[in-house]
Amino acid sequence: MQTKPASFLLALFCALSGSASAAQDSWQDGEWTAETTLQLRHFPHDPLPQNNLQHNNSASLAMQLEYYAAWDNYDKSLTFTPFVRLDQHDEERSHADLREFSYQQVFSSWELRLGISKVFWGVTESQHLVDVINQTDQVENIDGEDKFGQPMIKASMERDWGILDLFILPGFRERSFQGIEGRPRPLLVVDTDQAAYESPDKQRHIDYALRWFNYLGDIEIGLSYFNGTSREPLLIPGSNNSSPVLIPYYPLMQQAGLDAQLTTAEWLWKLELIARDWQALDNSAQLVDQRFVALTGGFEYTFVGVAQSDADLGLVAEYLYDDRNEEATSFFQNDLLFGLRLAMNDAQSSEALLGVIHDLDNQEFMLSLEASRRFAHHWTASLEIRSFNRVDNNSPLAAIARDDFVQLDITRYF
Amino acid sequence: MKIFTQLKQPLYSLLLISTLLPFSTPIHAQTDAEARGLEIAREVDKRDTGFVDFTASMKMELKNQQGQTSVREVRAQTLEVIGDGDKSLTIFDSPPDIRGTASLTFSHALQPDEQWLYLPALKRVKRISSKNKSGPFMGSEFAYEDISSQEVEKYTYKYLRDETLDGIDSFVVERYPAYEHSGYTRQVVWINKQEYRPEKIDFYDRKNTLLKTLNYSGYQQYLDKFWRPDVMHMVNHQTGKSTTLSWSDYQFKTGLTERDFSRNSLKRAH
Repeated sequence: MQTKPASFLLALFCALSGSASAAQDSWQDGEWTAETTLQLRHFPHDPLPQNNLQHNNSASLAMQLEYYAAWDNYDKSLTFTPFVRLDQHDEERSHADLREFSYQQVFSSWELRLGISKVFWGVTESQHLVDVINQTDQVENIDGEDKFGQPMIKASMERDWGILDLFILPGFRERSFQGIEGRPRPLLVVDTDQAAYESPDKQRHIDYALRWFNYLGDIEIGLSYFNGTSREPLLIPGSNNSSPVLIPYYPLMQQAGLDAQLTTAEWLWKLELIARDWQALDNSAQLVDQRFVALTGGFEYTFVGVAQSDADLGLVAEYLYDDRNEEATSFFQNDLLFGLRLAMNDAQSSEALLGVIHDLDNQEFMLSLEASRRFAHHWTASLEIRSFNRVDNNSPLAAIARDDFVQLDITRYF
Repeated sequence: MKIFTQLKQPLYSLLLISTLLPFSTPIHAQTDAEARGLEIAREVDKRDTGFVDFTASMKMELKNQQGQTSVREVRAQTLEVIGDGDKSLTIFDSPPDIRGTASLTFSHALQPDEQWLYLPALKRVKRISSKNKSGPFMGSEFAYEDISSQEVEKYTYKYLRDETLDGIDSFVVERYPAYEHSGYTRQVVWINKQEYRPEKIDFYDRKNTLLKTLNYSGYQQYLDKFWRPDVMHMVNHQTGKSTTLSWSDYQFKTGLTERDFSRNSLKRAH
């Protein structure tokens, strides 16, 4: 188990036991659900010579449980969602986390969530610039969609003028990185044991954030502000027992974000824009203050009932920009995503998403295919293919240029 | 009183138009059959007005040509909105891979519906395009437009004839979707003369060929006024597939408010 703010959980338990005993009569039965996934990965290319501990095939098993109980007419609820993965080779990928362990109470004009939880901000598909509350569980998948549970006190008000969410975030979660046998990963192993922080309080720094959201007819707008330790670390060259490693360094940051979506009958127009003040590494690997702006913008157009079938075909196009250019810590500074989303709308919920992200500066492109289907009432299968093409030797992608992979997930739900 | 405010609205707008255009001819000259059809539709609507809110559970059984079945279970809550389409929140319980997914719909008579989807694995609320009313609901033979809030303004009408359907004295009314992206050219509806509730609907596709037939059965009356079917059975004549929708646990006037149909309540749905 990773970082666990014990005192926070204790406070949560106290709050809970008080409320539960006062409301025993209206307690609704708690419910356990579970899902377990067998995952197989195949890497068709051999690893780089210096990474010869990596493997071409790997298997892993993941399990997620969820307990949910609500009482007082659903005004009070408890959610508990432990997650664990065991990986055949990568000891860093074998990990466990509390995705959720929170208590929620709804009052007449606001609601409160207390505990470990997850929030999502934003609208775009290719990357999630404004979404900065939860740390990325990067060993799960390199697409950044998997998140660690974040300890939080969240208050939310929903009024005529929109929704206002206030967050106090005690307890920092480190990003997970693949171990020496893990794949794909940077050329050097990221030594998470040496993680460093700008804040002298390190993982105990208390972050805060707020977000306002409203919609007016077809337009939805969110404005957000975050002040605290960046979820994204800088990776600084260092050593461990005289072998070279990368050391994650988490600077403090302030980030303002805007996300907006315009929805019409066939079109979804999307925009995410951020401005961030934090530290960056200059050419001589010194930490300097930096302000940058990044955006993702584009559209999704859906053809309903293509070729007189029940299927929908969506076209997704997004432009990804970062004004740091080559110094950007993300892969995307001047890139274009083009995607095709096929939903068969059949009894098996068959779906596929094909995406190409093309770097307009150096012609690299990343290809991904995700397809899924339910093959029995309690079973689904999903297939994922990722490949990295025309990668320049000086590109940040060079480390994973030979890490194309095919992944099959078989999930059983309980 | 609510019924009257609803009926007042079209009259008011008609009044407004005639004030603005005092010398214009009537916009649409109704035939007797059209006037009769609209009158019946208004009576159906009037008799189902005033339910305020309801909650219910629904089980769907999908059957393909080979007779293989699959099951879906959802819970739904609906808030009546006088003078506009209703608000509804639907929570998906089964199949288990979509458990916890929820959708929030503000339906409108003539404007496109507003619709949001909550994806629990990502904790993401997505505003989705509402054009897809003709698409299948959860892979079933029901399209979204078949199960969404039925407002008088969603169709134009034409009374066809009286007919006895399985011993039930019925009006047969043809209706034409006003929504341009509807999957149908027309629907033929059998309406129970006594209770003004639909008993059967034939759906004709965009090529005007008979596509599906919906039969209502096991009607029960709630609060001495509102009729709801226990079973809705839809057969697709072109594919041989069918879907049986079974309703249970109907509860009316449960005290739901606007607050239960908000973006935050969608995220709380469980």
